[in-house]
Amino acid sequence: MTAKRRRVVINYFALSFSIGSAVLGIGFLFWILWILVSNGIGALNMDIFTFDGAPPGFAESGLRHALVGQLILALGATIFGVPVGILAGTYLSEYGQTSKYANFIRDISDTMMSTPSIVIGTFVYAVVVSPMGHFSGWAGIVALAIMMVPIVLRTTDDMLSLVPQTLREAAAALGAPKYKVILQIVYRSAKVGILTGVLLSIARIAGETAPLLFTSFNNNFFSTDISEPIASLTVTMFSYATSPYEDWQQLGWAAAFILTAFVLGVNVLGRLFIKTKRKR
Amino acid sequence: MATIAEIKEKRAVEVKDFNFYYAGTVDPALKDINLPIPKKKVTALIGPSGCGKTTLLRSFNRIHDLYPGNRYEGEILVHGENILQKNIDLIDLRVNVGMIFQKPTPFPMSIFDNIAYGLRLKGIKNKTELKDRVEKALKDAALFEEVKDRLKADGSSLSGGQQQRLCIARAIAVEPEIMLFDEPTSALDPISTLAIEKLIIELKDKVSIIIVTHNMQQAARVSDYTAFMYLGELIEFGKTDDIFVNPKEKLTEEYITGKFG
Repeated sequence: MTAKRRRVVINYFALSFSIGSAVLGIGFLFWILWILVSNGIGALNMDIFTFDGAPPGFAESGLRHALVGQLILALGATIFGVPVGILAGTYLSEYGQTSKYANFIRDISDTMMSTPSIVIGTFVYAVVVSPMGHFSGWAGIVALAIMMVPIVLRTTDDMLSLVPQTLREAAAALGAPKYKVILQIVYRSAKVGILTGVLLSIARIAGETAPLLFTSFNNNFFSTDISEPIASLTVTMFSYATSPYEDWQQLGWAAAFILTAFVLGVNVLGRLFIKTKRKR
Repeated sequence: MATIAEIKEKRAVEVKDFNFYYAGTVDPALKDINLPIPKKKVTALIGPSGCGKTTLLRSFNRIHDLYPGNRYEGEILVHGENILQKNIDLIDLRVNVGMIFQKPTPFPMSIFDNIAYGLRLKGIKNKTELKDRVEKALKDAALFEEVKDRLKADGSSLSGGQQQRLCIARAIAVEPEIMLFDEPTSALDPISTLAIEKLIIELKDKVSIIIVTHNMQQAARVSDYTAFMYLGELIEFGKTDDIFVNPKEKLTEEYITGKFG
């Protein structure tokens, strides 16, 4: 075999192998989506959005309690987690820069990002649930917010460091104090990137079950009281899907479908944001 | 010792025994600089890459202070006041000493807001006053006719040359006494370059200008005085005509005749 022929053959094998691997990986993704859609669509109806959880066998049962609970938890986590993440990211990019202390915080944050979420749930159980004496929406919000901080922090840090240094210098050269440079120039330049990070972090926590299992726990009734246990789509899905009742299992499928559609939607929205930014 | 020509004009800036050290370095990036900058004239700083001309320029508005650890020694006098003193108000200094950068730096906002930015920082809130001063700055920067119908458009929607004139308009809107230009045309096409050079010559009626340039023809075209720097030292300073036609220092002659650079 000539050297040239050998190169062609090796190239052929390498290409086929990598295409095959890609098809395998993406195939599983579509398989998951297919199962979800085929089972979830059938289970979807208006009752799901208008009725709350009910004992098995009741016709008038839905997921309203879980949807509202999930929204409250995600919103609460966003209100607490996002500002902390953005401010911490701002510190790293604008003040700490490459100092030892800033890099230490970056390392800690990266570690936090890969911490198993159930560990964060356990932590919040120890510091919030245990002293309060019972599960609560607050505890769930705290757990989700803790998960959001490192994600928002990282994207904010990255996005701010992409802002050209000369823009900061130009603003400073006009006599702008540092806080105005950051608020009026740097944030404005990076707003699309930061917003994308926030959206992706919301998508990330929306699908979390483990940190909610022993913080917000679950509630089979409609409740907006965050000082009491509150339902979430994920925990509800878990308990319905593992139940022996056919109608509850159907609700579990519906919950899985809604959750996936939401996360997919937020992710697509995030990518669209990035795209419009690149175009300009 | 550097050859420094006597100047008759009043001085906008006076640099005295100036040394500059970048953070974490022992050797100075600028050594024993003594340089008068004449008032309402254009002074060009020329020299090969790494000679310290930009470092010197960036000392005049102390933009080096944005990065911790940089150190100044000696004096830079503006109106007889040493701007290197600890208690100097950097915001006042930078309002008085405007700066134009190598690459245009439009802020991510409308053309109008870009120019109003410095005015608003100064505390001007009155809408008609803002509008008048933005318009005047745009006219002075020879940009008004091109953008008068789209003042609300994004600053980055302009061409490179227009963006640079936008930055000049933004700087002159706050009426500085001194303006620093850091290779303002190195990222621009020849036509935009000519427009900027024309503008610089017009501006010297009102402001004292210091310009760093790699382009010796540009220095010859726009400047009244030229300072030649080499390896962090000032080699020669004098009238631009003298420097280019009849340099006193051998190094200056070698540089302007293209023997190194």
